[in-house]
Amino acid sequence: MSEKPKNNRVAPPSFLRRYGSQLGIIGVGLVMWLGFVIAAPTVFMNTFIYVAFAQTTPQFGIIALALTFVVITGEIDLSFPSIMALGTAIFCLAVTHGVPWPIALLLGLATGAACGWINGFLVSWLNIPSLVITIGTSFLFRGIELVIMNGTGVPLTAEMYPGLHALLRESYFGIPVQTIWMIVLLGATWLLLNRTRFGAHVFLVGDNPTSARLMGINAVSVKTRAFMLTGVVGVFAGLMTSIYGYYFWPTTGDGFLLNTIASVFLGGTSVFGGTGSVIGSFVASYIIGAINAGIVSAGINAFYTQLCFGLVIVISVVLQTIIDRKIRRQSITGR
Amino acid sequence: MAEASPRPGATPVIELRNVSKTFGEVRSLSDINFAVYPGEIVGLLGDNGAGKSTLVKTVMGFHKPDPGGDVFFKGQKIDDWSVARARGLGIETVYQERALCEKQPIWRNMFMGREPRTKWGLLDVKKMREESARLMSEHMGFTSAAVHPDNVVTTMSGGEKQGVAITRALYFDAQLVILDEPTMGLSLTETKKTLDFVSNIKKAGKSAIFIDHNIFHVYPVVDRLYVLDRGKVAGVYDKSQISMEELIDRLYRVARTGTLE
Ligand SMILES: Nc1ncnc2c1ncn2[C@@H]1O[C@H](COP(=O)(O)OP(=O)(O)O)[C@@H](O)[C@H]1O
Ligand SMILES: [Mg+2]
Repeated sequence: MSEKPKNNRVAPPSFLRRYGSQLGIIGVGLVMWLGFVIAAPTVFMNTFIYVAFAQTTPQFGIIALALTFVVITGEIDLSFPSIMALGTAIFCLAVTHGVPWPIALLLGLATGAACGWINGFLVSWLNIPSLVITIGTSFLFRGIELVIMNGTGVPLTAEMYPGLHALLRESYFGIPVQTIWMIVLLGATWLLLNRTRFGAHVFLVGDNPTSARLMGINAVSVKTRAFMLTGVVGVFAGLMTSIYGYYFWPTTGDGFLLNTIASVFLGGTSVFGGTGSVIGSFVASYIIGAINAGIVSAGINAFYTQLCFGLVIVISVVLQTIIDRKIRRQSITGR
Repeated sequence: MAEASPRPGATPVIELRNVSKTFGEVRSLSDINFAVYPGEIVGLLGDNGAGKSTLVKTVMGFHKPDPGGDVFFKGQKIDDWSVARARGLGIETVYQERALCEKQPIWRNMFMGREPRTKWGLLDVKKMREESARLMSEHMGFTSAAVHPDNVVTTMSGGEKQGVAITRALYFDAQLVILDEPTMGLSLTETKKTLDFVSNIKKAGKSAIFIDHNIFHVYPVVDRLYVLDRGKVAGVYDKSQISMEELIDRLYRVARTGTLE
């Protein structure tokens, strides 16, 4: 309300300030890739490795895109690996009972939505911390899945389900369809987050839930929808993973938790809520996928994978935080 | 006493009847009867903790009255009152706590909860940015280059933040504007601007509820005054009935004894 322009604030936020963390993560990705190329040129000049990681990365990467919404609202979902398994189990039960696969697919995705709704209801309506309650629902969903499948798996070969394999396992124009899905979902989630009222409310609710509610935003509904999105995409990823291995394992989802969550945080989405980007999660997923594929293919001992993961994640998150505070002209410790 | 209507026969824009609000053990409002008529500015006075903000949030539909209390909009009893509904019907509020999302750019704050959409149903981000820039230069006196709509609110001064909250309430062309301690922490010029803003609401033929601790701010701009004490309406006055000196005198008495007379 002051009359005179403030000289220290005459400019719009710089490009760096607005896109700093996204540029940072892309930079980390490029540097790491160059490192791999220099360390093992024969492997990393060969397209085989790129095909392999373009097939496997989206299996958790698409969940990272959806989980970004939950994290921006200031919550976390630790139950998505179990939702992947439960939704895929429902799909398998349906097809083994003669239901046509497209309908079974819808049933599976609906299961994911229902699981997400339960998470969202408990977190936002009953106000239970998501970190706690999604550990509980994780056991619950996994338990239901193990009971209804009786612990057994289901074969999902290309001969039995050619349509599903065309949808989730083939390559088109030389690009594995998994990565095509990842790009399509990046576009869809970017639009949803940045160009819809729902997306706008995701940011506002995560930033300050009381302010958002005072201005008439239904925080319960916004959070619930974010959890449902993660549930649905989780089941889609569960099917993609199972079709990739030609088999549904009752343990589907094991090993997905940390890769996915690391992708979201590495991508610059804040654990405090209110800020984040799906582009960051997208790039970070491929970085994490590349470490996996790269280390194995380069013939480096797989024991180094976790070491490498740890270094990349810790260093980039620390750098991101420091750069962010520098841009905001805060001290390095943020105090 | 509280039933005294300034213009017999007129229908209030908003009316609370027998409204109480309890939070656990705390009774913040008891048996409130409160009305705002078209074109009038109503002042709300009372000590800290008297229940002014709670009353405002009940008017907005943020708090639901305890069973037995009712909210009327233009004479119609409304059961599913909510902030979204209230804003849709033309009631905007500058909350005491400002209700901003500080990590977000100004344009997201300006249109929070009422985001414009294009004909495709997508968020009209271009319009949000442009309108924010225009509003900031026209209404807040920021030159448009000074505070860019893409700047996040955290970096702004207290007065600038309040400017965003006030401009937001103004933008939607509300018929009732509620201001809960809008001058708190503002400089002299900023305070004067805010008071001018309240007078302009009246000139535009709209209504307002104005809460401020400073009686020298409230008295000159209002038509009618409610005095709240410990969750109860302790008195309602037409400005013509009471001078500022009498009012100050009574407010001291209320604070000491709990009654006005
Ligand atoms: N959400 C809430 N939960 C519990 N108590 C509340 C809440 N909001 C207000 N109160 C209590 O209600 C009383 C009135 O508060 P308030 O309406 O903010 O007063 P005022 O705005 O007149 O200073 C205070 O005792 C306050 O502690
Ligand atoms: Mg108050």
